[in-house]
Amino acid sequence: MATPVQSHPGQSSSSGRTKRPTPRAAIKPYRRAPRRSTMLTLLTALVAAYSLIPLIWLVINATKTQEGLLSSFGLWFDDGNFALWSNIQQTFSYDDGVFVRWLGNTVLYVVVGAGGSTLLATLAGYGLAKFNFVGRRAVFAIVIGAVAVPGTALAVPTFLMFSKMGLTNTPWSVIIPSLVSPFGLYLMWTFSAQAIPDEMLEAARVDGAGEFRTFFRISVPLLAPGIVTALLFNMVVTWNNYFLPLIMLKDPDWYPLTIGLNAWNEQAQTAGSEAVFNLVITGSLLTILPLLAAFLLLQRYWQSGLAAGSVKE
Amino acid sequence: MAEPLAATTVRRRSWAGWKFVGPFMGVFALVFLAPIAYSIYLSLFRNRLIGGNSFVGFDNYTQAIQDSVFWSGFGRVALFLAVQVPIMLFLALVVALAIDSGRLYGKAFFRVAIFLPYAVPAVVAALMWGFMYGPQFGLVGNINDALGIALPNPLSGSLALASIGNIVTWEFVGYNMLIFYSALRVVPASLYESAEIDGAGPFRIITSIKLPAIRGALVIATIFSVIGSFQLFNEPAILRPLAKNVITTGYTPNMYAYSLSFSGQQYNYAATVAIIMGLITMVIAYVVQLRGTKEN
Amino acid sequence: MTRFLKVAAAATAAMLALAACGGGSDDGTDSNTSGGGVSAADVDAALAKGGTLTVWAWDSTIKNVVTGFQQKYPNVKVELVNAGTGDKQYTAVQNAIAAGSGVPDVAQIEYYAVPQFALAKSVANLAGYGASGLQSTFTPGPWNAVTLGSSSVYGLPIDSGPMALFYNKEVFDKHKIAVPATWAEYVEAARKLHTADPKAYITADTGDAGFATSMIWQAGGKPFQTDGTTVTINLADPGSAKFASTWQPMITEKLVASIPPWTDEWFKALGDGTIASLATGAWMPSNLLTGAKAASGKWRVAPMPQWEAGGKASAENGGSSLAVPEKSANKALAYAFVKYAAVDEGKDSRIKEGAFPATTADIAKPEFLNTEFPYFGGQKANEIFAQSAQSVVSGWSYLPFQVYANSIFNDTAGKAYVSSTTLADGLKAWQEQSAKYGTEQGFTVK
Repeated sequence: MATPVQSHPGQSSSSGRTKRPTPRAAIKPYRRAPRRSTMLTLLTALVAAYSLIPLIWLVINATKTQEGLLSSFGLWFDDGNFALWSNIQQTFSYDDGVFVRWLGNTVLYVVVGAGGSTLLATLAGYGLAKFNFVGRRAVFAIVIGAVAVPGTALAVPTFLMFSKMGLTNTPWSVIIPSLVSPFGLYLMWTFSAQAIPDEMLEAARVDGAGEFRTFFRISVPLLAPGIVTALLFNMVVTWNNYFLPLIMLKDPDWYPLTIGLNAWNEQAQTAGSEAVFNLVITGSLLTILPLLAAFLLLQRYWQSGLAAGSVKE
Repeated sequence: MAEPLAATTVRRRSWAGWKFVGPFMGVFALVFLAPIAYSIYLSLFRNRLIGGNSFVGFDNYTQAIQDSVFWSGFGRVALFLAVQVPIMLFLALVVALAIDSGRLYGKAFFRVAIFLPYAVPAVVAALMWGFMYGPQFGLVGNINDALGIALPNPLSGSLALASIGNIVTWEFVGYNMLIFYSALRVVPASLYESAEIDGAGPFRIITSIKLPAIRGALVIATIFSVIGSFQLFNEPAILRPLAKNVITTGYTPNMYAYSLSFSGQQYNYAATVAIIMGLITMVIAYVVQLRGTKEN
Repeated sequence: MTRFLKVAAAATAAMLALAACGGGSDDGTDSNTSGGGVSAADVDAALAKGGTLTVWAWDSTIKNVVTGFQQKYPNVKVELVNAGTGDKQYTAVQNAIAAGSGVPDVAQIEYYAVPQFALAKSVANLAGYGASGLQSTFTPGPWNAVTLGSSSVYGLPIDSGPMALFYNKEVFDKHKIAVPATWAEYVEAARKLHTADPKAYITADTGDAGFATSMIWQAGGKPFQTDGTTVTINLADPGSAKFASTWQPMITEKLVASIPPWTDEWFKALGDGTIASLATGAWMPSNLLTGAKAASGKWRVAPMPQWEAGGKASAENGGSSLAVPEKSANKALAYAFVKYAAVDEGKDSRIKEGAFPATTADIAKPEFLNTEFPYFGGQKANEIFAQSAQSVVSGWSYLPFQVYANSIFNDTAGKAYVSSTTLADGLKAWQEQSAKYGTEQGFTVK
């Protein structure tokens, strides 16, 4: 999975041009609002369509029953059979309502996992940015290096380790690995470097404040937009976590939504059980809605955060 | 990377930083370093159904180096990398520039719409696209019926890799776009003012100001995409039941390590494959970083 | 840096210490109940004492078995977990055994995987608990699958899959195709159907290890032989060759639909006549019922086409047993559950829910044979399945690493379906790859 990351904005100042004095009599006022282009909008709309069509497919097909799925056209509704409500109802009640349990599990993993990883990444990013300590340069190199090792190979040793510690098949086996977010680390490192002036920290130190106090009282409020961004991205990662939980969890009662949906999908392959593709699709739709909502609601935060960063110049 | 100006005050604190970095590194050691160490240990042994566990030194490594399944999987992800990553990053960059240019109607809509696929779990994305790729009754089949043509099965032969590439691109183009866009947003307005005064046109602005300004973002995005490509697993694994003869158990090195571990119970050899892949990935990521940051 | 190195070193040392305590090694050579030292009395004692059991099974009929068992023995608590179907389950069991913890007391294991677990001594020998007296209770195919021809019993059969030909009568009648009695006729029928309607196929096949092995089985092939730690793999023996050469035209002339099985598309195709027949096990009806509702009433069941005209041979396809992992803490109690599910009341509740019996008595019962299937237009399909169960070709065995071998079937033999490789060459590649694995694992492979 590709996980690219926030840039280090500090570079822009090195490529700035010196301002020449302007001998001209009339100085053109700076205009930052160019003409809108329909052409560009259309082209971008094509990309947006590409992004949205599968999601539209998902919504449309969540309204079909199992038979309807098989008999109707993929991108249009099954005429006369609008089964969205019954699908949703069925999704929540199938298998003794295990979907609700899965939803609860996912929320638990996300709150603790994303919350925890954001906290750790913020602390560590701040430390990397604001302190010059022994081993500092090695830290990030090691993190990137470890991330380069394929996860599947780490899965079995991690599994063996965790089972010796008695952690497999418990929520901890999912939460602990999700506490490490290399992307979050990088994001908070660059954000800390840029958003917190050293002078402020110096002033606090001179006043006698301890490091953690300084951190929580002064730095965190400045880091807030970056923290929200990191939190949001970590939420997505933990919400969508699939591979390691697949190996760690055997009891469906502890499954997150991703694994539960996959189990329902595979159910069709066993003798004697039902094909429930309509529930898989409806379940998938329900699974992505909370994340979409979170994104739309928290949009303002990363906007203001990133804009705030630019004012510092 | 540019460092914050350090004065004697910062240099004094040679251990305080660890108070902050410690918790992260502690969990990191448990979750990454310990398993890697254990993997290396495992790769030096061999556990057989008949004969049990025994130390074999570097035998696993010599076997892996001669393993055609491993190298064909490696070649495949290298090809994937060479084609999919540039396409995806280019598309992300173009969209980011378009949104940043201010010339779009409804840019807020585009920002969200194109980003949405990132919020979809890989399982769901693969399931959705799998349904759509169906040549009989999926969308491809529907199109065939409607237009009376015969589109090739997206999951057949050499198309399969491209179809997987399509899914990965779909999933991450918005994410990368947002990263580039955020980097563009913090380009100081003063640069644009200078450019405007010098009479630079939009394309000149892009090449001389915007691109150099987001170089850091481009490099890191490339590195993480490189690492992601070499680790390709989720999408082919989930699509595999739809095309077992094309997407083999060793389709990507990660899948190979997975099937060695779980179908073949060959944990030791799987660990070896993973270590080798990890080393290769690290080298390439390092090269990308060197080339990317060695700049005027 | 030094502090970091210290942390890393400590972690590594801890890991190595843990690993040395037995991690990573496949359990196998430890204690093994060779059938001696335990008895049926132990089972009764365990039931009287009570306790808890963890059962890993994916079959939906086990749920009611658990309820019934807990009702009958109130001081036993059973936790039923669906840890995955088929090879996912085997991976989970093997992982748990390797880790030494979390091993279930009872595990559902399909017949083809039993040799693998038996060889690794991962499952207990149930003969001592009284299982050895059950030979006449079960039909020959399943019994052989759980005993591997020896006096040890590695699990009790809970269902079976004698094969039959399921076909869409409406499609066959429409194109005036007679029900094929031999495979040669089947291939002819395939040509006739596909020529008459290019959108229809007599069956779907994208390469399936279970299908191939069952076909070879029916043709009299015995490609897999095990003798202690010596394994013979010969996928070019007469039975295998017969299968490869007869089936080849189906692939070359594109007479089989390239729809992967157990997918949305596959169920759709079964429902609307795109796939006109399936040669598969007797457990298929319930899947057709729930997955291909549109074709209800249109399908019928016929005996499997034969390799020799006038023959009566059949084979098994699928079917599972319940086994007791060696590392279970409460094997006697676990056996009680297994026996309940396979032989006593549990079996009856399962058969009622549609499981196909592996017991001789139930297969012979008149009510069973006379069951009319509405999906098959009222046909008494069980008669055909029962007849098939009696005619299973004897002497078949699976490899001690069949789970692995099946997992690479599509990598090797599967090539025949997507390139110009012939099925015979594909099987040869499968043989070579499987042999290589066997040698790596320490077997002597011929």
